[in-house]
Amino acid sequence: MKKFSVKTIVAIGIGAALFFVLGRFVAIPSPVPNTSISVQYGLLAFLSVVYGPIAGALVGFIGHTLIDFSYGWGVWWSWVIASAVFGLLMGLGAKLLKMNETEMGKKGLIKFNIVQLVCHVICWGAVAPVLDILIYNEPLDKLFAQGLVAGVSNAVTTAIVGSLLCVAYAATKTKAGSLTKE
Amino acid sequence: MINLFNYIDRPSPIHRLTGACKLVCLIAWSLAAMTSFYTPLLIAMTAASLELFRIARLKVKDISFMLGIMSAYILLNNLLIFLFSPEHGVGIYGSRTVLFSLLGPYVVTAEQLFYHLNVILKNACTIPIVLLFVCTTNPSEFAASLNRIGVSYRISYAVALALRYIPDIQREYRDISLAQQARGVEMSKKASLVKRLKAASTILIPLILSSMERIETISNAMELRGFGKESRRSWYSGRKFTSMDIACMVGCLVLMAVSLLITWRSGRYFNPFAG
Repeated sequence: MKKFSVKTIVAIGIGAALFFVLGRFVAIPSPVPNTSISVQYGLLAFLSVVYGPIAGALVGFIGHTLIDFSYGWGVWWSWVIASAVFGLLMGLGAKLLKMNETEMGKKGLIKFNIVQLVCHVICWGAVAPVLDILIYNEPLDKLFAQGLVAGVSNAVTTAIVGSLLCVAYAATKTKAGSLTKE
Repeated sequence: MINLFNYIDRPSPIHRLTGACKLVCLIAWSLAAMTSFYTPLLIAMTAASLELFRIARLKVKDISFMLGIMSAYILLNNLLIFLFSPEHGVGIYGSRTVLFSLLGPYVVTAEQLFYHLNVILKNACTIPIVLLFVCTTNPSEFAASLNRIGVSYRISYAVALALRYIPDIQREYRDISLAQQARGVEMSKKASLVKRLKAASTILIPLILSSMERIETISNAMELRGFGKESRRSWYSGRKFTSMDIACMVGCLVLMAVSLLITWRSGRYFNPFAG
């Protein structure tokens, strides 16, 4: 296995701490129980694009586990794993489409949003409910309703928060070829 | 600073166990509870977890807040299961004993109630153990325990960093939030949902950009100190296993094996209706 760079390790740590703070204190309750509109997925999508799939997966996994621990309601492994898968897929998607976080024009944003939408559909529409069925064998309709609400609200917040973050981050970075000869 | 992870320092046999041992027990216990629908086992595990709670000398008032959230959560979850699929238990247990009927398609059957009992028990036997783990494990020992059970020390260190920086980031979040409110950004319940989301992003952007700078600073500092050059590292709060730790771990692993064996030998469900 390739060794992580020190920067990736720190990014995972700080990313998980951010994920935790956002998830724990900024959650906006949604009409369906046990499911809240979580801004942290915008952050997770952004971090996965910048630091890569493995960092994304671990930020999702560690951050979500810590949130569950701090509420004390038991760790909901099926959803924790779904968060990790989201980070992983998002990072892979960004690599695949050669997204460049320092140049987030219109094209980059469209790419970002398509990838995040697909990842959310996979995670909350397939990964989370399937794991829930394996572990708890709860009724299908209920799980898919929960998954749907979580997926849609996560995708919407990712679209808003994630895109804003990408644009703001790109603006702080110097673009390639930004110097002109006089 | 509020005590986020609710670590309560009290002398008790459970507190004396090492973090790594408790982590192994937690994982084994929750796996046992997750895979099994065998009601007698779940009842025994629930009783045992309550007894462990007493041994750890935790009081109800220590955890009353979490208990409130959890009961509301369990109630809602069960209500939702019933609303979406009132005949779920009938499908699982293969018989139908009608007790009484409510509105329209909503008929209460003994099988459905029994299924709900199982779902509640599954929650009831894991939740006290998670609480126990959270309340009796010192957060700074947690990362050392992860490394001890075989997680690479680089990843354990990422967890340690997360735990270390949560209070800092929380404070920064509050500072930025107050600053934005002073500038007139409305984020209370009075604003609409979309407005609140937008308000949230006026906090997020400075918070995350400053965290990115923090990542640079910390990784430079770690690199300068030669982090990651060796294949292993020592931990300030790491402890050696005692015989008590080993006994507890063996106990929990046996429990997990028993649960898996029951599931494998006699099917997933304990069926009292098949008589």
